[in-house]
Amino acid sequence: MTTRGPGPADSLEPSPPRDRGSKMLGGRAVLVSSLSTILFFAVIAAIVVLAPGSEIVAERFFDPFHLRQSFLGTESEPSVVGAFLLNVYIFTISEVFILILALVIAVVRGIPGPIFFPFRMVAIAYTDLFRGIPLILVLYIIGFGVPGLGLAGLSYLSDVTYGIIALVLVYSAYVAEVYRAGIESVHESQNAAARSLGLSRWQSLRFVILPQAIRRVIPPLLNDFIGLQKDTALVSVLGSIEAARAAQIYGASQFNYASYVVAALLFVLITIPLARFTDRLIARDKRRRQAGAVA
Amino acid sequence: MNGPALSLEGVRKSFGENEVLRGIDLVVEPHEVVCLIGASGSGKSTLLKCVNLTEPVDSGRIVVEGEEITAEGVNVNRVRRKIGIVFQAFNLFPHMTVLQNITLAPREVLKMDRKAAEGRASELLERFGLLDKRDEYPDRLSGGQQQRAAIVRALAMRPSVMLLDEVTSALDPELVAEVLGVIRGLAEEGMTMLIATHEMGFARDIANRVCFLEAGTILEQGPPERIFTSPENPRTRRFLQRIIAAGRL
Repeated sequence: MTTRGPGPADSLEPSPPRDRGSKMLGGRAVLVSSLSTILFFAVIAAIVVLAPGSEIVAERFFDPFHLRQSFLGTESEPSVVGAFLLNVYIFTISEVFILILALVIAVVRGIPGPIFFPFRMVAIAYTDLFRGIPLILVLYIIGFGVPGLGLAGLSYLSDVTYGIIALVLVYSAYVAEVYRAGIESVHESQNAAARSLGLSRWQSLRFVILPQAIRRVIPPLLNDFIGLQKDTALVSVLGSIEAARAAQIYGASQFNYASYVVAALLFVLITIPLARFTDRLIARDKRRRQAGAVA
Repeated sequence: MNGPALSLEGVRKSFGENEVLRGIDLVVEPHEVVCLIGASGSGKSTLLKCVNLTEPVDSGRIVVEGEEITAEGVNVNRVRRKIGIVFQAFNLFPHMTVLQNITLAPREVLKMDRKAAEGRASELLERFGLLDKRDEYPDRLSGGQQQRAAIVRALAMRPSVMLLDEVTSALDPELVAEVLGVIRGLAEEGMTMLIATHEMGFARDIANRVCFLEAGTILEQGPPERIFTSPENPRTRRFLQRIIAAGRL
């Protein structure tokens, strides 16, 4: 067996329980897990196929012709994959701004001293407000409210831009809390050590506290971004034709909903890599902590 | 340098109702090594924290090389450069290599360029037998190595006074000697040090002067041979008897 991880226990003796576990997985366990998997999916397939409306559903949602046509688009209906590029655009831009704005809010919330009281209050009010309002309402308020103001620089932007602004406002409130949890998880003695060397409060934050805090919150942060990727679909309420909206247009004119399946698959497809990446980071962190605890 | 390296005059400090320092007067001359001994809770660590300005004093004055650091409007960051402190729990920065730990403050506070800062760091690391660890992260080091790295980190700022707060208390017994050896080396080079310690044998060996603290006051001070062999204050005597009974001296 060569699957043992590094660790001091290895040098003492080979670990027999783990070896036994691996052997079992090599023999009977594989058989059992395969059987249960087959049975599990067979039951689900049976339920779906035997359902009274299964033929209609298959035709409406999984028709190969419509799957292909909605994917590519027609002369009168937008391509779902083409529209999905707008989702990618929206969350890529949003993520950058969220990372920055949320960090500013989290840092402002942590500045001590009576002079900064109003700033702290603003930061707290901000997170309370935007975590409380449903995203779709923020989209309506920003998307229809700001243009109504008639302000020179702000009121004549595209729907997509208002959508991005709304997403950034709402998600920054969440991500700021994630950052804050990370900052508070760094032990005060780290700050004391930095300050004792003559580093200013800001230098300590920048070089000592934040690098450790951000490393710790990367997994929950990526989790929020997975949520964001899906919520880009809501921007369609402002009129932008992104994947979900394009699928709806196709469905409405062709009376076939294969377009929804295509859109759903596209969202899943882009989420899985991020989800796996998050898992890997969590696993790496766990390994590191264990290595640290051993040393 | 004329005058004392460090002097405390009537320093008082309370945490809420609890008065931890009740009027400390202490003078440390340049190149002098002063050890603070006393039971846990006697105020040793708080005294060091006040000198480092980690804790503001309630009243009294602290003067470092002629400058009153407890005065209003003193630039805390500038004062702290002159005062190195090493903590019981090392407090290395875990996300930085040993070298980065050591060069951070010289580069960011003293604005040294990278090459000069790394050169100085490497010199110090070599002297303390850690040169081969310069690119390791702290969690790959033994406790003794971490504490030596923390001492190097403080020394890299070329402080005029070093404060050591129970620097061997978190170490396994077999690692204590290597850290004490480093401190002994510093003393021989003439570093001014104020050391809070439970290692009585070490204090006896290294200190020019030993101060016995109890309940926030210095009850007795003097050369180690006198304090450890014929203490005048009955409470000092009792404390040392307990230490001897526990086999720590």
